[in-house]
Amino acid sequence: MTVRLQQEPFDAAAEAAKLTLGRTDIGAVVTFTGICRGDENGDPIAALTLEHYPGMAEAEIARHVEAAESRWALSGVIVVHRYGRIAVGEPIVLVVTASSHRHDAFAAAEFLMDYLKTRAPFWKRVEHGGGGDWVEAKSSDDAAADRWTPSGGRREAAE
Amino acid sequence: MKLLYFAWVRERIGKPDEEIEPPAGIATVGDLMNWLARRGEEYAHAFENPQVIRAAIDRAHVKADAAIAGAREIAFFPPMTGG
Repeated sequence: MTVRLQQEPFDAAAEAAKLTLGRTDIGAVVTFTGICRGDENGDPIAALTLEHYPGMAEAEIARHVEAAESRWALSGVIVVHRYGRIAVGEPIVLVVTASSHRHDAFAAAEFLMDYLKTRAPFWKRVEHGGGGDWVEAKSSDDAAADRWTPSGGRREAAE
Repeated sequence: MKLLYFAWVRERIGKPDEEIEPPAGIATVGDLMNWLARRGEEYAHAFENPQVIRAAIDRAHVKADAAIAGAREIAFFPPMTGG
């Protein structure tokens, strides 16, 4: 497992290549990259600034990677999350999951992204012409994370 | 204990962290939010809607009914928007 927080951009293909280097048991690699869109709720933006809780962010991501590893047959996981100022078009987050077969890699990558959205201590602030605003959490993201818990809608079960 | 504030909670209170010694009788995270809200206008503003504020004790998510006894670090922040 690799969990890394950094200010600088990352190279998704180079990160994914690290997981498969020298391995012959991996049949599937899923690479998800989240990118800074040029609009928020229809309004144009210049950049995002991500604040995070150092120490807890790494620990919280690692806990969810461990949960993914116990739920699916994974050969490797990499999560890279940026913080600081991120310009439109730049990558924000990377999740790479490797497995012998595609199903586990797809499912684990989606699970990790749903949890990163709602449980990892990061906060996005939108930068636009008139100043800045904190991005509001979306209930659709909560619903997406909830569907991975057995009770479906009671996140306490995942804690 | 050390308190940490993030995002708009930090901005409203006007500082990223502080050391506090809550009085006896402040037993839970919810009690602590109510006590903090009475410390001044900036705190009242930050905690005006305590049900939306999330908390962590020693870097793990907790609910408002969590006991604060023995906590070294308690953080308050808005719902998270990472990913």
